[in-house]
Amino acid sequence: MRLLTHNMLASNARGAVTGYPLKLQVVKWSTKEAEPNPDFLRGILPKIDWPALVAATQALGLPELLPEAPPTDAELSAEGAAEDEGSALRRLHRALLEIHIEEGTLVCPDTERCFPISRGVPNMLLHEDEVRN
Amino acid sequence: MPRPEVQAPPEIFYNESEARKYTTSSRIIEIQSRITERALELLALPNDGIPKLLLDIGCGSGLSGETLTEQGHHWIGYDISKSMLDVALERGAEGDLLLADMGQGLGLRPGVIDGAISISAVQWLCNADKSCHNPRLRLKAFFGSLYRCLARGARAVLQFYADNVKQSEMIVTAAMRAGFAGGVVVDWPHSSKAKKSYLVLTCGPPSLNSSLPKGKGQDGAMCSDEDESDDGSGDEDEAQTVGIYERNRPKKRQKMKKNGKGKAWLLNKKEQMRRRGREVPADTKYTGRKRKSYF
Repeated sequence: MRLLTHNMLASNARGAVTGYPLKLQVVKWSTKEAEPNPDFLRGILPKIDWPALVAATQALGLPELLPEAPPTDAELSAEGAAEDEGSALRRLHRALLEIHIEEGTLVCPDTERCFPISRGVPNMLLHEDEVRN
Repeated sequence: MPRPEVQAPPEIFYNESEARKYTTSSRIIEIQSRITERALELLALPNDGIPKLLLDIGCGSGLSGETLTEQGHHWIGYDISKSMLDVALERGAEGDLLLADMGQGLGLRPGVIDGAISISAVQWLCNADKSCHNPRLRLKAFFGSLYRCLARGARAVLQFYADNVKQSEMIVTAAMRAGFAGGVVVDWPHSSKAKKSYLVLTCGPPSLNSSLPKGKGQDGAMCSDEDESDDGSGDEDEAQTVGIYERNRPKKRQKMKKNGKGKAWLLNKKEQMRRRGREVPADTKYTGRKRKSYF
């Protein structure tokens, strides 16, 4: 699971108010390289919950990866940002799309319900008594 | 063969051997990718070359996701069957996979998704596989959460096989109650096998661009041979000319042998019943004996 998905995902269990952001406990993660696409990143940035993304990178042990404030549009469209390793664009790309969480747990902030991640697939199935109807 | 939905719950029906078919059967792969392409066409994403974040609900082994990846989009796949997701991992699906039940709601932040597709999955919600399942509540939870997570103006295209008119009405009503605008587009309505129903939904108030596209072959044109194919049951009578809407076709009559079923069959049946704990008369020399012919 990439951090992009983690940023969108909320707990659905009964008793969760917003169920967001899910706390991340990582056992194993990996990096898979992908082609950066500035257009996609510019489009998705307004939808990203920035504090949750920063918290997720900190849970991974990468506090240096992202700054406190989200990058501006100008930073993302800067000339040569896609080639420069340390640019805001490349950092955002790495955080959202290249880091894959392989093993770990997602914890609902409201109910403390744990959702295990195995082989990169979070198990979000709820028991009968946890379903919100 | 009856439809998969009437055989077992999805997480049990799509076991390892069933999931394996989705990597080996070129026929299934071809049909799936063709339906996905049509669903993407109906999704009518803006043609600006910018990749979108899409949902694939009931992604299974990631066949439909492959088509999304080919178009450059990022996707999040939902499925309830672990075996199918294992196959998807094996195939190297590019999207993120989630093991989840769509009837429990999708569990996503509001307004973040640019579009959703679903291939042959929604009809599973009409089944009550557990005593705690209520199809109406599950449909409501699914469409409600789908509506919330989609961005304003985003579309969802859900291809489904309804068992009968009532079921398809139930699905459409649940979608409308959730606030969606749209309706059902039927491709090849005159063909019993190639007929496909797509529920095309638009998030937000109805506008000019939320008018329904036309289904293929609605003016009576018949599809070519290569379009003539079905998802689940391929061994149907080829000579059939009249389409039967109900997917539960009448069963073929079992052929009776002239001399009945025979002693071995009877003993086997009795043994079966005994194993199930039924009270069965003991086997004697009279069991399943030949009767006199009276005529």
